[in-house]
Amino acid sequence: MKEIVVISGKGGTGKTSVTASFSYLGGSSVVTADCDVDAADLHLLLKPDFGYSEDFYSGEISSIDQPGCIRCGKCADVCRFDAITVKNGIYRIDPLRCEGCGYCARICPPKAIINKERKAGKWQISHIRTGGKMVHARLGIGADNSGKLVAKVKNEARELALEERAEYVIVDGSPGVGCPVVSSLSGASFVVLVTEPSVSGLHDLKRVYELVKKFHIKAGCIINKADINPGQHQKIMDFVAEEGIPHLADLPYDERFTKAIIEGKTIIEISTGNLEDRLTKCWEKVRRLTN
Amino acid sequence: MKIAIASGKGGTGKTTLSTNLAALIAESEEVVLADLDVEEPNSGLFFKAETVHEEINVKAIPYWDESKCTLCGICARVCNFHAIIRLGPSIVVFPELCHSCYACSELCPEAALPIIQKRTGILSEFQTGNLHFIESRLDIGEEQAVPAIAKTKKFAAQKYSGVRITLFDSPPGTSCPVMETVRDADFVLLVTEPTPFGLHDLSLAVDTVRVFEKTIGVVINRYGTGNDDVAEYCRREQIPVLARIPDSRRIAELYSAGKLIYKEIPEIRNILEGILDAITEITEGGG
Repeated sequence: MKEIVVISGKGGTGKTSVTASFSYLGGSSVVTADCDVDAADLHLLLKPDFGYSEDFYSGEISSIDQPGCIRCGKCADVCRFDAITVKNGIYRIDPLRCEGCGYCARICPPKAIINKERKAGKWQISHIRTGGKMVHARLGIGADNSGKLVAKVKNEARELALEERAEYVIVDGSPGVGCPVVSSLSGASFVVLVTEPSVSGLHDLKRVYELVKKFHIKAGCIINKADINPGQHQKIMDFVAEEGIPHLADLPYDERFTKAIIEGKTIIEISTGNLEDRLTKCWEKVRRLTN
Repeated sequence: MKIAIASGKGGTGKTTLSTNLAALIAESEEVVLADLDVEEPNSGLFFKAETVHEEINVKAIPYWDESKCTLCGICARVCNFHAIIRLGPSIVVFPELCHSCYACSELCPEAALPIIQKRTGILSEFQTGNLHFIESRLDIGEEQAVPAIAKTKKFAAQKYSGVRITLFDSPPGTSCPVMETVRDADFVLLVTEPTPFGLHDLSLAVDTVRVFEKTIGVVINRYGTGNDDVAEYCRREQIPVLARIPDSRRIAELYSAGKLIYKEIPEIRNILEGILDAITEITEGGG
């Protein structure tokens, strides 16, 4: 079983549209994982049935048991996150600032601070119309620990792929280079970099590829909106040639991407011809390079 | 006034709006733009500006002083993040897991875990005319964006307390980095696009920003593609739509080349001025 991760550095380059297309083309040989847990959109295209759902707990959160509090203020002194405030002699912990380190609870003389598990979101396993299955999640409002929820979604997708004897796990990653991205890269067999020929697209591609190199993972590059700026397109081609990254496909600036999103379908389902061809060939290339 | 420009979904036009608004304001007064997308900062690509200041961003982590350690293991027991463990005869620190809470260091009975500062990235300040531009970029492999965001905001607030408007270019998403960005903003401008993706992520962003009871306005970018569901959502939620920026290949091309669009398209200048007027009206009208 191989794991293919789709990322981009920059947001809005078309990761989710590409992931959904691969998922559709792969059918039942693929378990799809939406690891962009704090702005998950893949379900809008793949329409999962939300068959199985489970709460996700991660980390802790502290609160003060007011009757037990002797108002000594030691908790506020040790908190490095300015989460503990005092008003009219009453100490309170702001749940939006609390990191869950538990330091306050450890040093509270009357032991009046309680730590509870923090509900950080939900994750689901669904059937999708491609014939495959999908693992997805939703991070709670204001929740931290998106990296841990990403890891959870990936692990569940891997287990599911083994159970179902699926050949691939395809992961829709999040933008950026921080903790959710690091988490979605761990254990990957191949990375699909989706970029666009803009100064920002190239800048962000370079940074995220630096991260991919740290993990020693093979990668290929798709240039979306490829015809928007020929000069920038050439710069991306030069960059991938220099780094030895296979160029997987050029996709045109095309309103069918938006149309597919509006209709809640993959591009493969709404496009006959050119776009569908390119994506199909691209998927075949990805499979070849992954195996 | 601090205005955060955020979106939920990536690639909807946060950076386009931030950079164009900042440049427009700078035509008549001093303005600060802080790029808080510390994972992928690219507002700076749109300005030719002089570097006026640079400093290293750091995070506090414990350093194991072997000579004082008795291997009692208290440090590992008090760390909720598994960032410090006892491994045979040594104590091992995992800096990327450390949240800088100081518990291990201060609860160590032998003072064998002094705090040291580890580099996580760099903060840079640039200037061109009236525009003060500040960005932080995480070193590749560093995972925690929040401390760098907090530091950048603090730097901007201390150095430019006298400047009337500060703009924050927010990272995408709805989790901790976005929370940190909008936490002390006076106004949150949410940029979206009229598609189901745009709408879905906008509604998540609205829920996040409402946790802080912030005043919100929406800008619909690429208006003309997609459908009317975003506008309908805003009506239902009573969120003002401050502007609609038309879908245009020309705008996409200018952006791709790193150019400011309002300088090339007069209509965009009017739209941006309309956004600033609307924000002033909303915030001064007791909102």
